[in-house]
Amino acid sequence: MEERPGDDRQQLPPPSLWPVGFAVGVVCLLVGLVISWPVAAIGAAIALVFGFLWARDVTGRPTAAAPPPDEAAARPEPVTGERFPRSRFLEGATLGLGAVIGAIVTLPAAGFALLPGFLKQKAHNVDLGPISDFEENKWKIVTFARDVTNPNVSRRTAFVRNNGLLDGVPSFTVISNRCAHVGCPVQPGGPVFEKDEKTVKTDNGDVLITPVLPAAGFICPCHGGSYDQEGNRIAGPPVRGLDRYEFDIVNGRLILGDLYSVLKVEGSGKTAKIEKVELHGPGQHADGPESWLYPLQPPH
Amino acid sequence: MAATKSERGDKLQAAVMYPLDWLEERSGIVGGIRYFLFRNVPRDSSWWHTLGSATLTAFLVQLVTGVILAMYYKPSPAEAHSSIEHIQHDLWGGWLVRGMHRWGASVFIILMFMHMGRVFLFGAYKYPRELNWIVGVLILATGLFEGLTGYLLPFDQTAYWATVVAVNINGTAPFVGPYLATVLRGGAEIGPDTLARFYSIHMLLVPGALIALIGLHLYLVVRLGITSPPWSKEAAGVEPDDEPPPARSGLVQPGPRAAGVRRRPTE
Repeated sequence: MEERPGDDRQQLPPPSLWPVGFAVGVVCLLVGLVISWPVAAIGAAIALVFGFLWARDVTGRPTAAAPPPDEAAARPEPVTGERFPRSRFLEGATLGLGAVIGAIVTLPAAGFALLPGFLKQKAHNVDLGPISDFEENKWKIVTFARDVTNPNVSRRTAFVRNNGLLDGVPSFTVISNRCAHVGCPVQPGGPVFEKDEKTVKTDNGDVLITPVLPAAGFICPCHGGSYDQEGNRIAGPPVRGLDRYEFDIVNGRLILGDLYSVLKVEGSGKTAKIEKVELHGPGQHADGPESWLYPLQPPH
Repeated sequence: MAATKSERGDKLQAAVMYPLDWLEERSGIVGGIRYFLFRNVPRDSSWWHTLGSATLTAFLVQLVTGVILAMYYKPSPAEAHSSIEHIQHDLWGGWLVRGMHRWGASVFIILMFMHMGRVFLFGAYKYPRELNWIVGVLILATGLFEGLTGYLLPFDQTAYWATVVAVNINGTAPFVGPYLATVLRGGAEIGPDTLARFYSIHMLLVPGALIALIGLHLYLVVRLGITSPPWSKEAAGVEPDDEPPPARSGLVQPGPRAAGVRRRPTE
């Protein structure tokens, strides 16, 4: 770059074509993430090479034009005066006091805005009525209010199957209908017998029980995620299987507890082996390297 | 006769100017407005340069209609949808104002992208205007967030499930995702507080941020001036008359201007 006298324009590096190649590489990388790994690898390689060339182009020149080191050494010593003048004390005190007042006002407000969502998240146990409503080895769609004081926003649906007695205790499969992709409600893959629908009155408001035959498992209408009858992912974008509810039998009634996430279910019915994990949000991996991206879950 | 007329004219002028002068002397606001509205712009700036003002107008429409909608809207899970129905079907003009807000939202977003495209294609993001591009991107992001939060407010099935999906997508962000989703919902699940939370974000928090960002954006526009279009001969330092008139890219024949009619008056 030649230096012209009186040229006060900003000295910019000359135009370079490397960013174009870098952009092509990034696009290739992103497309590759969607369609195939080799394309992504090629894209990453292109982006790396061109990014390196670009960075070298941009950073290479100014260092050549940097001032010689002796100039820095020749800078004058800072003028020694009063070590801590009054004006600087007042300046610091004003800023410090302002910061304290600001913090006193801001922190409680910010805490009030953000923290309640993480605290006092009490789980509501839900009474689904007597277990005699659930015939053995028959699926039911059960719709209930998780929080009876706010039924408008807490209506939930679970798929419930009575597996019969296991060691003398009734065993149930209770699968949440929240898709493990982005949380749409999954639908049963089979006929719903709406005319046999039944409403059970409980302490928790009305519970709607509808017989269903999910022969093809469960299918999400949003993006096509599909699951088998045990909630294992078969196809589509979900990152794991369907979540399940803890359950308890109290005085012959089925009580739902907390949700938990499931990695894999081996076998089926009452002898199924369920790999439980802490409840994860939809779309969050619970196993494999991707699960390292979600090391800590907020309280549910 | 003529003398009395001009005397009356002088008096009238004085009557009009007096309050303006009073204001100007005490605030400088008249001069400020004149500086803002009558500043110089490149001679060859075109209709493309009006997309930014159009976006601002769309935003102002959203502000006004939003304030009025807030007079009738009730942000509680039990009442939200019925209050929207009330606005839409019972109140005089409600359908119009809500329609303006609803469709105006899309217009605002579309105009933002068109303005962004103009700035990109004209190279108007280059030195010294890079910072204004960055501010513009922040305006785009906050504008899209307005769209996200506003979408929940009708509180019908579409609104509810779209928000479920949108919040869960935020929840898949690495490390902070689960916490971000909890903050957005105000809990582990969409609950009774989520709607009011989104309403507050939609009508107070984000518009406040948008107004501040738009103010900064305009300040930088006025400070730095606007760019000439890339085809500007003036900006290229070429005298307009030394060059042949710009060729028109007619499909069949060049237009009359290219055939020799000068576009600008000779200086």
